[in-house]
Amino acid sequence: MATIADDLRPLHHPKSWVGKYVWSQDHKIIAIQYAVTAIGVGIFALVLSFIMRLQLALPGQFQFIQPDNYLQFVTMHGMIMVVYLLTALLLGGFGNYLIPLMIGARDMVFPFVNMLSYWFYLLSVIVLFAGLFVPGGPTGGGWTLYPPQTILEGTPGASWGILMMMASLAIFVVAFTMGGLNYVTTVLQARTKGMTLMRMPCSVWGIFVASIMGLLAFPALFVAAIMTVFDSIAGTSFFVPTIVSMGKTLGHAGGSPILFQHLFWFFGHPEVYIVALPAFGIVSDLISVHARKNLFGYRMMVWAIIIIGALSFFVWAHHMYVSGMNPYFGFFFATSTLIIAIPTAIKVYNWLLTLWRGNIHFHVPMLFAIAFLFTFIHGGLSGLFLGNVSVDVPLSDTFFVIGHFHMVMGVSPVLVIFGAIYHWYPKITGRMWDERLARLHFWITFIGAYAIFLPMHYIGMLGVPRRYYALGETVFIPQSVHYANMGITIAAGIVFAAQALFFYNMIVSLFRGAKADPNPWGAASLEWQTAETPPGHGNWGATLPTVYRWAYDYSVPGAARDFIPQNEAPGGTAEPHPS
Amino acid sequence: MEQGQVAAEAEPGGVPAALRGFATDWSADQETFRHVHWGKAMIWIFLLSDTFIFSSFLVSYMTMRASVTQPWPNPSEVFALSFGGQPIPLILIAIMTFVLISSSGTMAMAVNFGYRRNRKVTAGLMLATALLGATFVGMQAFEWSKLIHEGVRPWGNPWGAAQFGACFFMITGFHGLHVSGGVIILLVVALKVWRGHYERSGDYSAVEIAGLYWHFVDLVWVFIFAFFYLW
Repeated sequence: MATIADDLRPLHHPKSWVGKYVWSQDHKIIAIQYAVTAIGVGIFALVLSFIMRLQLALPGQFQFIQPDNYLQFVTMHGMIMVVYLLTALLLGGFGNYLIPLMIGARDMVFPFVNMLSYWFYLLSVIVLFAGLFVPGGPTGGGWTLYPPQTILEGTPGASWGILMMMASLAIFVVAFTMGGLNYVTTVLQARTKGMTLMRMPCSVWGIFVASIMGLLAFPALFVAAIMTVFDSIAGTSFFVPTIVSMGKTLGHAGGSPILFQHLFWFFGHPEVYIVALPAFGIVSDLISVHARKNLFGYRMMVWAIIIIGALSFFVWAHHMYVSGMNPYFGFFFATSTLIIAIPTAIKVYNWLLTLWRGNIHFHVPMLFAIAFLFTFIHGGLSGLFLGNVSVDVPLSDTFFVIGHFHMVMGVSPVLVIFGAIYHWYPKITGRMWDERLARLHFWITFIGAYAIFLPMHYIGMLGVPRRYYALGETVFIPQSVHYANMGITIAAGIVFAAQALFFYNMIVSLFRGAKADPNPWGAASLEWQTAETPPGHGNWGATLPTVYRWAYDYSVPGAARDFIPQNEAPGGTAEPHPS
Repeated sequence: MEQGQVAAEAEPGGVPAALRGFATDWSADQETFRHVHWGKAMIWIFLLSDTFIFSSFLVSYMTMRASVTQPWPNPSEVFALSFGGQPIPLILIAIMTFVLISSSGTMAMAVNFGYRRNRKVTAGLMLATALLGATFVGMQAFEWSKLIHEGVRPWGNPWGAAQFGACFFMITGFHGLHVSGGVIILLVVALKVWRGHYERSGDYSAVEIAGLYWHFVDLVWVFIFAFFYLW
């Protein structure tokens, strides 16, 4: 099927508005559908987090926050942020938009399956939200959904909510599989002439490896979801041991709660890197473009992505140090966890060395990329504490854990997502956003993120547990914790409100923004070299571009400009640059 | 990658030809797997993902079987059929396995005839494969009804650990759904072959793609057979 390369016929050419923008098979439209849905769901989860903060600062002051729905807010916030926002936005959104454009393809290899992927994702979101309205409300078992707790009476949503959550996750896995197959096959089989794997931008590498990981990690979640549903409605005992509740023996016997935890974290840990690797890739490109310097150690960066991806399948039980595993397992998983620090450190050093003596332009995307370096290094260092069994045991289930993972997989990828949206917005919409609003949004978000999550580490070290509705008059908790909680909530409110700047900027610029240059940042990678901005249907006009070089030829001595596009032939003559 | 060309280039004592071919393929532009149909590449990746689903099911079953407190029912006795008062262990499962493996044979022949553009024989062999698959599902339905009749339920059974029934229905049921889906796919593709759809498009890959899925479903059954019935 290599013939398809310069052939426009196999593409689906819709005539009507509905065919173009609703039931669209164009990867760019699907990407925007994915992104808008994911961000919409994310705003809901953001509101939930602020409600939780209100409760922590002013316990018992709000009628609508009761212990039951506090747990439901915790659960929905976690699950939505990790799966329905970050995974969907980075892979479904950026993956869909960037892969074909960056590798010089007209579309994904199977556009119809790609379209189905979005509609299944939307269905999973609808089922998730339907869970809010079932009897008993959504599940409140925490985003890890550990049985037997999640399916036993007393936990919010134990009868209906958990079923809706599991059904939604199973549908999400189906949706992701259809998208992921497309991303992987497209990268492997549909690159343009001259685009070898080792000439692909790091963004594509990160998304590519994360997609492979998703295809191998989500099955475990799928299986765990099916088994939990059976335990809940078919009376099986996969995960539920013999339990005496309120003096009454329940009808279950012989199940293993630890088995669920293994299945969950066999998905759950790779999931961290499914979110992180695309962010790593994108941030590499942002730093290189805005520092006007080639990415330091490109090959090592690619290999680090691959090695991190592979290693992440061997570390899952570091989430289970306090679950009652054999201590020798703890030794093994602590070791494998700390080994991941090596390729990760390679990446961090290479980002810093890319900045070293670069011609750094502090455009807004670059500000977010540099901010990512701060939060990621910070979150990585607190990860060293939690990766060691003996240090983890006292810190387990405290606010230290909350601080750690919000730094490393909450704030860090979100900063990259903001940077990426500011970076590619001119290409996606053809218009430019407002610089002042964007800077204001950046500074409030970045400093605010530290104001929110840094104190949590100290609160956690004092032993304050997470997921508690209220701390009350607990003896070991000093008054300073309550002050800190108040401060965090005020910061969270400011950051929460500041996101309005972002949405206002994005929406108004869509209509009133200045017309954007086709390549405003002077980037060398292929997506900036399209004939039209935003790229038209089929991306490349009559013929596909030919690639002659890697994506990082910046500030090459003797070159006419300070960047050489990937499709410019050696010798400087060549494909006309559209700008 | 043409095999002969690589072999001719390989120097004695150098890197093995297979490894060099691998490196050449992966460092090539455009396509990592030269002249491999996109759909074929995709079904392989899908099967890898599906392997992880079945592995998760089987590993869960094995850990559960190793950790339950009550005795595990003896599969040889549970899955025996009596003929003239004489119980024969696993006889139904043996026949089912034979039927499914045979269907892989007819499928492989269908793929071969497809690439030779023999429309009628291809469609006939695919129909035969689908019929064998349907027979398998039918026998599985018989096995389920027999066990349900004997009192096996997802939450318990007369002989021991409750997880026996739960694992049995879940794993064979999930595999049975795969076979049933496969039968539908085979019938659709066979119909398209019969109507000459692939003659016109000049591309018989769909037959091979359906075949790859079918062989995978067979292979999974071999593992279920080994780990559930023979253990």
